[in-house]
Amino acid sequence: MDDAMFNTLSEYITAKILKQPGRSLNLQEPLISGGLIDSFSLVDLALFVEDTFGVHIDDTELNADTFDNLEQLISLIEARR
Amino acid sequence: MTTLTHILLQSYQRDPDRVAVVVQHAGQPDRLVTSRDLLEGASRYAQAYHQAGIQPGEVVILILQHGEDLIYSFFGAVLGGQIPSIMPFLTEKLSPERYRADLSALIGITRPSAIVTYPEFEAEVRSALKQGDSVRAVLNTGGMASRFQPDLSRLPGLERSPDDIVLLQHSSGTTGLQKGVALSHRAVLNQLDAYSQALGLNSEDVIVSWLPLYHDMGLIAGFLMPVLRDVKLVLLSPFDWVRAPYRLMQAVSEYKGTLSWLPNFAYNFCAQKIRDRQLEGVDLSSWRAVINCSEPVRWESHQLFYERFKSYGLRLNALQTCYAMAENVFGVTQSNLNSQPVVEEIDSEAYLTERVARPAQDGRPALKMMSSGRAISNTQVRVLNDKHRDVPERVVGEIALRSDCMLTGYYNRPDATQKAFTRDGWYLTGDYGYLVGEELFVSGRKKDMIIVGGKNIYPQDLESIASQVPGVHPGRVVAFGIYNEEAGTEDVVLVAEVDTEDGPERQQIADAVRQAVTRNSAIALRNVYLVSPPWIIKTSSGKTARSANRDKYLKEMAKRDA
Repeated sequence: MDDAMFNTLSEYITAKILKQPGRSLNLQEPLISGGLIDSFSLVDLALFVEDTFGVHIDDTELNADTFDNLEQLISLIEARR
Repeated sequence: MTTLTHILLQSYQRDPDRVAVVVQHAGQPDRLVTSRDLLEGASRYAQAYHQAGIQPGEVVILILQHGEDLIYSFFGAVLGGQIPSIMPFLTEKLSPERYRADLSALIGITRPSAIVTYPEFEAEVRSALKQGDSVRAVLNTGGMASRFQPDLSRLPGLERSPDDIVLLQHSSGTTGLQKGVALSHRAVLNQLDAYSQALGLNSEDVIVSWLPLYHDMGLIAGFLMPVLRDVKLVLLSPFDWVRAPYRLMQAVSEYKGTLSWLPNFAYNFCAQKIRDRQLEGVDLSSWRAVINCSEPVRWESHQLFYERFKSYGLRLNALQTCYAMAENVFGVTQSNLNSQPVVEEIDSEAYLTERVARPAQDGRPALKMMSSGRAISNTQVRVLNDKHRDVPERVVGEIALRSDCMLTGYYNRPDATQKAFTRDGWYLTGDYGYLVGEELFVSGRKKDMIIVGGKNIYPQDLESIASQVPGVHPGRVVAFGIYNEEAGTEDVVLVAEVDTEDGPERQQIADAVRQAVTRNSAIALRNVYLVSPPWIIKTSSGKTARSANRDKYLKEMAKRDA
């Protein structure tokens, strides 16, 4: 597990999407099905992942079946790098 | 006078091979639905309703996502003489318990006879049913005959009268689902006549829409108007659009789209979230109008959108405005498509303290206002004071309207219907605005409704959800909207009284409130503000005074940021 990647993603989500910079996220916290990331923010997250890690997540993959928590998102990014 | 069924049949008989709807799904080839496909698909549903014993005049609830089945099941009900009503499909974030409760609320008031859904969702729907309720059949999309040759001369829809109700339209949440806007054939067709005329709608037009069909803008402008007026419709899924807003631009470019409708936030959303590489080869010069409607219209949002897309052929004159509501079927006013909407600067202080929209003098703080256009030909607009008398030009009052396309009533809600009209038959919109000549400027809301991304949200629904979170004082909660300039829409703020002063404990309660509202409503809540009692202002009758609480919150925020 890449800690730096976890921190980067977690900071982005809490500060930019949740607008709660002080908040912490854990690896298993459900992001999409739990309603933390609403559908309007999914496109932001995909663009952030693409800009930061050079990994493309297709818009047809932006759903809880592809990834629903940080652990799954990190594995997806690592698999495509 | 005719009915929707007659029009569908005539359209089919004129040219059965005409492509009526292009259905787009991300990752799949486009599906071209001809008039013949549409009539045959709809007939299969009409036949299924008939076989299930669903009578003309009974309500059929459609719980389906974007796609052909939604189109066919809707028009199937029209052909069969039943009354279709589309209920939003369950989303990933919404809790199934809440969905069931919402569905029960809808069933309780609307008393539908049948529900249509997918085979895999049938059990979910059945679990919301109670013994003795009105639903006699749950039909699933898998149970439709694959081939069916309808007897077009004997469709029950042909027996309907123009004054019979043809469809119901609901807004979201428990409150909205209990207030279905019932519209007659006559009302829908009168609206289409007047609104098409305002647009100069013609057979060369191509409408491109990603709007959900359970909302009036999507249902009327982005579905019924094109289908019934023989105008090609390119229909995207709202689910796909929100994840890939560039698909709208690509669809307009590919099909030479001429007309689209967007809520204000979508101008900001498209301008901010589409990358250049997603626009390679895109040509937006065919767009003759992109019409801003269903939430307050902002000149700044038009500017953002224009600056972002002008190098792809977007014309400034294409950016237009409209004021609409389901109670008038759809359009009330429309800007003139041959010029830009009227924009003016008014004096902020006079507007806030005197409720007058006086043109701003040099150097004084000003507010930029954009007109929503003029009343369409069949609709009259007035601006009234508290006593329901006309106010002078430029004075802010409640917008009232009268037309030949008004709702028949809120379905099975004579109480709510009566309250919505003045004694002499003018519909009170609950929106504030002012007139300059014939131009209508919509400036705010009298009712407490919050509009987020074009969705109407009733604050009392959010308050009741938050009241159930442990640690929150039940009934000591208030929700309201605050405009977010960057997003081009409102953010929902929820203030709740709690006893604990402990920081981490408060954080936990705030998280729980946010989670509860997100999973139990159509919106995601961002700002939760916990306060110690007594904070919340109530009226003398014990009701929550939302605008007073909103002012108090804004003052505290201003003090905190100072």
